[in-house]
Amino acid sequence: MHSIEVKNLTKKFGDFVSVDNISFNVEQGEIFGFLGANGAGKSTTIKMLCGILNPSDGDAFVGGYSVKKEPDLVKKSIGYMSQRFSLYNDLTVIENIEFFGGVYGLKGKEYTERKNWVLDISYLKGKENTLTGSLPGGVKQRLALGTAVIHKPGIIFLDEPTSGVDPISRRNFWELINQLSEEGVTVFVTTHYLEEAEFCNNIILINAGKLIAEGNSTELKQNYLEGEVWEIQTDNPVDALDILNKENYVIESSIFGNNIHISLAKNFADKGKINEILKQNNIEVKSIEKIEPTLEDVFIHLLSDKYNV
Amino acid sequence: MKLIFEIIKKEFRQFKRDPKMFAMVLVAPVIQLVFLGYAANLDVENIHMLVFDQSNSKTSREVVRKFDQSDYFSLDFKVNTYNEVEEIIDAGKVSLALIIDRDFEVDLANNRPGKIQAIFDGSDGNSASIASGYMNGLLTEYSQNISVENRLKSGQKFSISSVVPKVRVWYNPELKTRNYMVPGIVGLLLMIITLILTSLAIVKEKEIGTMEQLIVTPISSTQLIIGKLVPFMILGFASVIIVLTAMYLFFGIQVRGSISLLLGSTFIYILSTLGLGLFVSTISKTQQQAMMLAIFVVMLPMTFLSGFAFPIENMPQSIQWITHIIPLKYFMTIIRGIVLKGIGFAELWKDILLMLLIGVSILGISALRFQKKLD
Repeated sequence: MHSIEVKNLTKKFGDFVSVDNISFNVEQGEIFGFLGANGAGKSTTIKMLCGILNPSDGDAFVGGYSVKKEPDLVKKSIGYMSQRFSLYNDLTVIENIEFFGGVYGLKGKEYTERKNWVLDISYLKGKENTLTGSLPGGVKQRLALGTAVIHKPGIIFLDEPTSGVDPISRRNFWELINQLSEEGVTVFVTTHYLEEAEFCNNIILINAGKLIAEGNSTELKQNYLEGEVWEIQTDNPVDALDILNKENYVIESSIFGNNIHISLAKNFADKGKINEILKQNNIEVKSIEKIEPTLEDVFIHLLSDKYNV
Repeated sequence: MKLIFEIIKKEFRQFKRDPKMFAMVLVAPVIQLVFLGYAANLDVENIHMLVFDQSNSKTSREVVRKFDQSDYFSLDFKVNTYNEVEEIIDAGKVSLALIIDRDFEVDLANNRPGKIQAIFDGSDGNSASIASGYMNGLLTEYSQNISVENRLKSGQKFSISSVVPKVRVWYNPELKTRNYMVPGIVGLLLMIITLILTSLAIVKEKEIGTMEQLIVTPISSTQLIIGKLVPFMILGFASVIIVLTAMYLFFGIQVRGSISLLLGSTFIYILSTLGLGLFVSTISKTQQQAMMLAIFVVMLPMTFLSGFAFPIENMPQSIQWITHIIPLKYFMTIIRGIVLKGIGFAELWKDILLMLLIGVSILGISALRFQKKLD
């Protein structure tokens, strides 16, 4: 049985189709990346999977329960954490834990055990009576995750869990996610950081409500980029970009700092030609090399197709 | 039930963290009560007046003396021409001019009505009508005395066929505005606490995102609504009791009727204000919006149309129709009835029932809207 099974899920708001007939499966214990631009239908999909928004068509089974018919059972078997780390800032750490523990019906020994676990993972042992509002972002984020999974759900949804958190906290947070996944928890995560998406076992990309790519990060790079990706180092990336965009073998180009990444047409591998054309335009090329494409290359490729950039 | 309790507990913990708001809820009502109790004074005393006594007779002088001796009037001018009357009224120095007819004494002696013209400065219509009431009272009393005298002198049966009404004021014999206004303040305060604070508390959860978090928990929206509303209901009751106590301590106004009936009606009234608060929260995205909506779209119109300050009977018919859906209107009638008149369920059941219907509908519609909004 899949941990999450999405079948032809569709949501319409009037004439607007927010989620358009998407299907995918998530295995138990996997970290599943759910990517897409803002407004692509990510939140709508998550809301449906959490059982708080009724699908217009299709269905999804979360932990074996239909989100359409058994939303209450879905809610009991999942945890949810939003990018806003929704804790009560005017309550203390322990009061927040108590509240969410109570909401999920924990009591007695079970509650004590889970409370200690949450305090552990958020490094807040001994600081139980601190006001939550005064905690630093990274700590709050861990506390929010802890309270979201206080009832030991088999599946957890994380909606942009690392936005606005410093890089070190982000890294630590991903370690925590890995730990949960190793314990068998299915982690369904949306993010804007594509280097984070590399941590996911599987990824899907949606755009305008439609599923446009799926697979693990290696598969995505192989399946959706036909040619090679080259990185060109130059002093004048902006002009170089303009010039290269006019060449018909350049399918995509984008600036990464001082460098340019270009994805090339299939079977094109003529380094000299690129060197030449840039030289003709008085642009000094420091280096050109073939690189391993990043997910960012893949997504820019996929999304600019859609946007006709 | 346990889940509802969790929310209530959380809500009170949040109150505790915000002592300023707590003070606002429990102390501010008393301050408001005292200020409003003293300020909301429509009583008219010391009405400045002038007299143009054309009759200048024993009888007319007696009438003038009555006014002079009265606490309500202060006789500032005695004039001898009509021009002077106009001048002084125009200058705003007096708000009542009493002009006694030349034949006043003769008319009375011959069992004809004596004529007195009274001119009021109507720019403050309210004071003018109250002054006119006082004047009528004074003159009525006086004319009764003459009638009695007439009969005694002639030894005949009284021949003037006019029946002179003797006005008696019940429930509030001193006609103190305060007695009328102060109980009404309870209704206003309850509205402020339950309506504004409820909508703010709900919208705040939306703003910080905890609402989103709550929705994905097993809490149902009904439990959520009850858990959010009950704490404000409790606060509302606390402030009612504080205000009723303060009302007695500061103004000596005691609840004449049944306190339990009063609290019962308060509960019903609160249903409607909580419902309105919930409604406001469903259409507001930010706390500012909720505040503005609650005050300007709900509270002020409700206050104006409730009969708190302006009598509903004086409103145009179309506006009077609207007042029928204002829960505060019924609560005003009920609380004034119970506090001032000591009347009970037998007299008030209609108001209570209508208020209940309106309250349940408002709360029901808002709860449905709230549930739909969560989708």
